[in-house]
Amino acid sequence: MLKKAHSFLLIAVLLAAAVLTACSGSTDMASGENGSKKTIKFMHLWPAGSSKQQNQIVTDIIEQYEAEHDDVKIEVEVLENEQYKNKIKVLSSSNELPDVGFTWAAGYMTPFVKGNLFAELDDVLNDGLKDSFVSGTTEAYALEGKTYGLPLELNIAPIYYNKEIFEKYNLDIPQTYREFENAVKTLADNGVAPIALGNKDRWTGSLWYMYLADRIGGAEVLNKAIDRSGSFEDPALVSAAEEVQNLVKMNAFNKGYNGLSNDEGKAEFLNGNAAMYLMGTWELPNFTTNEEIPQEFRENVGFFKFPTVEGGKGNIDSWVGGPGVGLFVAENSKVKDESKEFVKFFVEKWGEQSVEKAGVIPATKVDTGKVDLPDLYIDVLNELNKASSLTLFADVQMSAAVAETHLNLIQSLFGNEVKPADYAKQHEEALKAEEGN
Amino acid sequence: MNNVLSNKKIIALYITPALFLILALIYVPILQTGYYGLMKWNGIGEMSFIGLKNYTVLMKDPLFWKSALHSFLLALFSALSLSGYLFISIILAGKIKGADLLRKIYLIPMLLASVAIAQLWMKIYHPSNGMLNTVLMAIGIEDPPAWLADANLALYAIIIPIIWQYAGFYILIYYAALKNIPESLVEAARIDGASSWQIALKIKIPLVMNVIKVTIVLAVVGSLKYFDLIYVMTGGGPNGASEVMASYMYQKAFKGFDFGYASAIGFFLLVICLVVTYIIRRLTAANKDIY
Repeated sequence: MLKKAHSFLLIAVLLAAAVLTACSGSTDMASGENGSKKTIKFMHLWPAGSSKQQNQIVTDIIEQYEAEHDDVKIEVEVLENEQYKNKIKVLSSSNELPDVGFTWAAGYMTPFVKGNLFAELDDVLNDGLKDSFVSGTTEAYALEGKTYGLPLELNIAPIYYNKEIFEKYNLDIPQTYREFENAVKTLADNGVAPIALGNKDRWTGSLWYMYLADRIGGAEVLNKAIDRSGSFEDPALVSAAEEVQNLVKMNAFNKGYNGLSNDEGKAEFLNGNAAMYLMGTWELPNFTTNEEIPQEFRENVGFFKFPTVEGGKGNIDSWVGGPGVGLFVAENSKVKDESKEFVKFFVEKWGEQSVEKAGVIPATKVDTGKVDLPDLYIDVLNELNKASSLTLFADVQMSAAVAETHLNLIQSLFGNEVKPADYAKQHEEALKAEEGN
Repeated sequence: MNNVLSNKKIIALYITPALFLILALIYVPILQTGYYGLMKWNGIGEMSFIGLKNYTVLMKDPLFWKSALHSFLLALFSALSLSGYLFISIILAGKIKGADLLRKIYLIPMLLASVAIAQLWMKIYHPSNGMLNTVLMAIGIEDPPAWLADANLALYAIIIPIIWQYAGFYILIYYAALKNIPESLVEAARIDGASSWQIALKIKIPLVMNVIKVTIVLAVVGSLKYFDLIYVMTGGGPNGASEVMASYMYQKAFKGFDFGYASAIGFFLLVICLVVTYIIRRLTAANKDIY
C-alpha cells in the first residue's frame, strides 16, 4: 500500500517536471536553422478576422516566397494591433524579437534602434528599392542617417463628409475655416452632430489639433517645437489650441466624444448621425469596397482637404499623415541575410497588390494608370502627388513619454479642462525634460 | 498513507515542486520588480542603476497620488457594498421562495469575462444610444451626462459595474457561511422571542464575523490592484479621471516606455497592499486572530 502510494505520487511529480521542462525547451528551436530548411520567424498584426484582405495578401506573399525559395520556411505569428505592440515590448526586453516584424516610425522605433535590436536596412534600400518609395516615407524610418525600417503604408488624413447631409442643409465644401465654422454651426443648429470623433483613443483628437496648428502656423511650426529648434509656446500653437476649444464650444463633436473609442466615433459617421469625420486614408475601403457597409452610404461619402485659416500660414495641400507600419529585421537574427531578402521581396510584392486588393496605399509609388480602383482612391492618390508637405502624426514624432503627455493633454483640451496657454506650457515642459535626458 | 505523510523527508520531497513554482513565479518576480524599480530602464536597452530616484519621483508624482486616491475610493465603495451583499445573503439564507434561483442569478456576472462585462456596460453608458441615456431621455431629462466621457463621473460610472461584477462572489461566500449556522441556535432565539432583525444582528452576523473579516481584506486588496474594467472601458481617461494605480503602472510601462518607474509603482503597490492588509487585520482583530 505504502509503496503504491509512493510510486503514484512520484510519477505525478516526475510528469509535472517533464511538462515544465518541455515548456521551456520548445522555444529553443523556434528560429534559425532547422535541419536543411532555414526558418524565418515573422510576426504581423493583420489577423484574418479583423484585417481579412491584408491577411490574405501576406499569406499569398509568404506562399509565393516559400515556393521560390525551397530552403526557407516562414513561421508566422499574428496578433492584433495592441497585443502586438505589447508582445513586441515583452520580447524585446528579453532580446527574443522575431526575425522579421512590424514597427512604427520615428519615436516608436527609436528605443529599439538605440537598444541595438533592429538591423540596418540601407543595403536593402540601395539594392534598387530606394527609387520605388514615395519620397519622405523611408526618412521617417531613419535615425542618424541610417534606415531601420521599410514602410508598407502611406496615409494622409482628409475630412470625409456625408454628401446627403451636406445637400440636405445646402452646404458646400468649405474652402476656408470661416466657411467650415458656418457649416458646423448650421449642422449643430439642426441637431446633426457636425463631426464624428472618438477621443478615448486621443490621437484622433490630435489630428484636429495638428491640422489647426499647420493651417495657422505653417507646416514647420509643430515639427520645430518637437525637434526643439522651436518652442511649443509659439503663438500659433496656442491659438490652434484655442480654436479646438472654440469647436468644442460650438458643439462641433458628437456627444460624449471623450469617452468613445475611435470605432465608436466612426460608428456615428457610418450611421449617418454625424456629417464629417477626419481620419487617415486607411478608412477608404470602408467608403468604397467594404461590402459590410451599405452601398447607399458608401456612394454618399466624399472627402475634402482641411480648409485654410484666414491669415494663417498653412497651405491647403499640406497634409497630416505619414508612413504607417513598416518592416524591421532583428539585429540578432540567425538568418539575417535571408530575412533581408524576404523583406525586400515583401515590400515589392506588397506595393503591387496592396492598393488594389486591400485598399491600402503602399509607401511605394503606385501607377494610377495601371490599377483598377474606385474614384475616391484615384482622387486621394492624385492629391498625394500634389502634396506640398507631409507632417508626421505628432504622437509618432514624439518619444513615448512625451507622446503620452501630449495625448493626455489633447484629451483635457477637448474636455475643456486645461487652458490653451497651460496646454502649450505643459508640452514645453515635457519636451524640455526629455531634452535633458 | 499515514506513514508516508508522517515522514518529514518525504513531505519535503513532495512539496518541492510546488515550492519551486511559487518561488519562480511569485517571489522571484517580486524581488526582480523591486530591483528594476532601482533602475532607469526603457524595457529594451541597457539598464542603469539610479538608486531610489524612481521612488523619490513617485512620492512627488501628483498623477500617481491621484490614481492612488481613485484606488482607495474604489476600495471604500467595495468595502461598503459588502454590507449590501450581506443583507441580501441573510434574506436568501432565510427560508424564502426561489432563493436557489436568485442565488444563481446573482452569480451570473461572476461567470462573465471582464471584457464582456466592460463591453456590456459601455453599451449601457453610450452617450447617445446607450440604454441608460435612452431611459433618461424618455423620462424627460434632456441632456443626460456622457458618463464615461465626463471627468467628474467616469470613475463612479466604472465603480458601479465593478461592484455589480463581484456581487455574486461575495453573496456566495456569505450564503455558505450563513447556511453553516446551526438551525438550533436560530430556533432557540426565536423561542426566546427574538425578532428576525435581532436574530440577524445579534446571532447570525456575529457568527459569520470571521468570514466578513476575510471578505473585507479580499475586497479592499482586490480593489487596490484592480485593473480590468478600467483598462477596457476608459483606459484611465479622460485625462486620468478614472486612472487607478494598476492602470497607471501599465501606462508607464507599456505606453510611456518607462519600465523602471513602472516597476517602482508595482513594488510600491505591493507595499501599500501589505500595509493595508495589516491595518485591516489590526482593526478587526477581536479576541482571537483568524489568520
